[in-house]
Amino acid sequence: MSTTAPVIFQERQDQIMRKGEGAFDMNCNRDSLAGAVSQRACVFCGSRVVLYPIADALHLVHGPIGCAAYTWDIRGALSSGPELHRLSFSTDLQEKDIIFGGEEKLYRALTELIDRHEPKAAFVYSTCIVGIIGDDLAAICRKVAAEKGIPVLPVQSEGFKGNKREGYGAACKAMFNLMGSGDTSGIGPLGINILGDFNLAGEIWIIRDYFERMGIQTVANITGDGRVADLQRAHGAALNVVQCSGATMELAKMMKEAFGIPFLRVSYFGVEDMAESLYQIARFFEPIAPGIMEKTKELVKGELTALYPKLQEFRRELAGKKAAIYVGGAFKAFSLVKAFRQLGMQVVLVGSQTGTEEDYKELYDITDEGTIIVDDSNPLELSSFLKEKDVDVFVGGVKERPIAYKLGVGFCDHNHERKQPLEGFIGMLNFAREIHSSVMSPVWRFVPRRKAS
Amino acid sequence: MLLRHTTKEIKERKALTINPAKTCQPIGAMYAALGIHNCLPHSHGSQGCCSYHRSTLTRHYKEPVMAGTSSFTEGASVFGGQANLIQAIDTIFTVYDPDVIAVHTTCLSETIGDDIPQIARKADADGKIPGGKYVIHANTPSYVGTHVTGFATMTKAMVDYFAESKGPKIDQINIIPGYVEPSDMEEVKRILSQLGIKSVMFPDTSNVLNRPQTGRYDMFPKGGVTVEALRTTGSSRATIALGRLASGPAARALDSKCKVPCEILELPIGLLATDAFVDTLRRVCGVSVPESINNERGQLLDIITDMHQYFYGKKVGLVGDPDQLISLAEFLVSIDMWPIYVVTGTEGKKFESKIREITRDVPHEVKVVAGGDMFLFHQWIKNEPVDLMMGNTYLKYISRDEDIPFVRFGFPILDRVGHSYFPTVGYRGGMRLLEKILDALLDRNDRTSPEESFELVL
Repeated sequence: MSTTAPVIFQERQDQIMRKGEGAFDMNCNRDSLAGAVSQRACVFCGSRVVLYPIADALHLVHGPIGCAAYTWDIRGALSSGPELHRLSFSTDLQEKDIIFGGEEKLYRALTELIDRHEPKAAFVYSTCIVGIIGDDLAAICRKVAAEKGIPVLPVQSEGFKGNKREGYGAACKAMFNLMGSGDTSGIGPLGINILGDFNLAGEIWIIRDYFERMGIQTVANITGDGRVADLQRAHGAALNVVQCSGATMELAKMMKEAFGIPFLRVSYFGVEDMAESLYQIARFFEPIAPGIMEKTKELVKGELTALYPKLQEFRRELAGKKAAIYVGGAFKAFSLVKAFRQLGMQVVLVGSQTGTEEDYKELYDITDEGTIIVDDSNPLELSSFLKEKDVDVFVGGVKERPIAYKLGVGFCDHNHERKQPLEGFIGMLNFAREIHSSVMSPVWRFVPRRKAS
Repeated sequence: MLLRHTTKEIKERKALTINPAKTCQPIGAMYAALGIHNCLPHSHGSQGCCSYHRSTLTRHYKEPVMAGTSSFTEGASVFGGQANLIQAIDTIFTVYDPDVIAVHTTCLSETIGDDIPQIARKADADGKIPGGKYVIHANTPSYVGTHVTGFATMTKAMVDYFAESKGPKIDQINIIPGYVEPSDMEEVKRILSQLGIKSVMFPDTSNVLNRPQTGRYDMFPKGGVTVEALRTTGSSRATIALGRLASGPAARALDSKCKVPCEILELPIGLLATDAFVDTLRRVCGVSVPESINNERGQLLDIITDMHQYFYGKKVGLVGDPDQLISLAEFLVSIDMWPIYVVTGTEGKKFESKIREITRDVPHEVKVVAGGDMFLFHQWIKNEPVDLMMGNTYLKYISRDEDIPFVRFGFPILDRVGHSYFPTVGYRGGMRLLEKILDALLDRNDRTSPEESFELVL
């Protein structure tokens, strides 16, 4: 593979490619280079972000205080009911616990919390240190579950076991243990589970509303605005719709194997993907629900008719501007590429922390010539790409924002810190407005780099 | 009500922390290391630790925060992290080319027993550390101490690795500013320059974590104490350490290593603590206090005079770090406010007795706990509310649920700007604190007072 810009890390050469320069060849999903300033996180982080929106469960972090402190309500996953998930519970392990073991402490913490808050279930997260000192998390969880009569689920999320993706897997395993136990009466033939939506800024409520209008019943939110009882009867659904492929795909596969529930991969970002997702679901149910396709088409038409003129206003000003994307999971990147195209913008860089070869192949197929595609990038690379491509707006997460700003480039947080719902048709409008608000800000006129050019 | 699950009834907890008023050591070490010029902090542990620390520091300072990680895997956790660290050292010096790599450990690397100096020696022997470059380290397991002790340990490491006492004394003093904002460090330097004192400040995060928009992304910003300056600290006439917990260990290390006498003071927050700071500078450096500083002091006093009736008897709840809270509580008491709840997540008996001493004349029961959390603090408030709360961003939940005015102070502040640009130390910092306190109290009053007592002029 050849590159026209200087390579910063020789070792990472095969994790960066430019479309149109040589054949597709991406060596991804490998461990980060030690010492490189990676934007990646750990297993615990992955488990925590997936499970945390389950609002009536107890989430106890078994480890030193940091792991709990840094994940205390960082994601703004909204609940329509209980808010237990927004508290930070930790066994706050101390030196003596490391020496003598933390099992007793864990037992006491769990017992006390369950007595006080009466959660519907408890998730107990393992951290690096617990994996090293060898606390038998599963045994303690079994004991407390038996005593208290609620599911107490160990989440084997020791940080060093990999990156976020392994954490998603651990979370899926924990959730899977809840399934199959609940009463499925009242679930009709058009029941679905929503997987991989975390209800940031209330997004899952928008999606549920679409489904309701199609005549579809949502059995369980997994996990945004999630409830334990819903998870317990999720096996009664006829279909799983899975967004954010990395996070909950494993659960969908497990449910398919155990309960025979098929799944569809969907995305609620951008007009095209949102509409196609609804059509996919309609097609799935069409044999048993005649008329559902018409209803869906009507829904999409109604939404688009309202949306389109407003979107055109933004498009007029945004057309031709250049965007860069660096997100956690590659699946989101697909939708973003299409959403930018909808706005007439050009995607010149796209990358992810945890994409698979399959993901990058797809990105390669849907992007324009010359687009840089990158796996597990770092600030030096990202900033050099942003400058090289003279980008107008960068879509990323918390650690990318200040880099963009320092360079005088607009930014949109498409991760934990989004403040507006970006899913659904309305989400596309919010997205356009957010991109517009940053790209068109007068502040860039004062930025030295731009002033000089 | 986001915190509706907080119960009014208080039961003693021994195995559990809820809504912590602290975080773990490594982030403090990372923050301190960012105060060395051309230094890349390095987290010797799993990727998540480094990612969390960078994210939290980024959210607080709204600046890029760079740090490397040894990216532990299952193998490293079994066979030790030596190979990872040596490779990291090699990568970092080859690619990023800093002057210093400041390694801090994590719970994982501590427990498996990685010996950082030994690994660094091996890296050196293998030719991975270029001439004139350094690898320093601090042991910061997350299950000991808090972010404050992590900061203290990395600051002490700067002394252990760099301070030298060769040659004659230099006409300068060392200033260890404490775990404070870059704006505070800048303000301390400004006060010193007003007094005409030459100094070396370490760490120094000004112009690192509050830098201007330049249209450039610099991996290593202009600010930070240089290695050359750190070397000279052993030849300085004295060390003034601000904040006993955060700065004391480094100051004492300089004293025992290089015989530099030290004065360990409280953080100069508020009138009396700033008086003590300025007076110590005057005494130690043999300078006289210029009119400009007297003038600032007079202005601070003037605000207190003008507005003293609004401070009178106001009950305040405080959450934060020990060094900050000691000075802040003293400041509040000195202006007739009553700090009745004081919570820090950092353990320490001395803290509790110090706060008791400061608040002994407050005509109200004062609850103070070192090693407490915000759940307990909230329970206290549920039992008896306060007029004002001061602490980090996480207090906003309580502020909203209980409808209590709130001034952001401490670490982290994730939802407002200003703290990295405007100090709270020194006389001018005191003025800023008072402005914030009055804004919170009086805005509330203007919003909720009945029409018959709504006043235009206050």
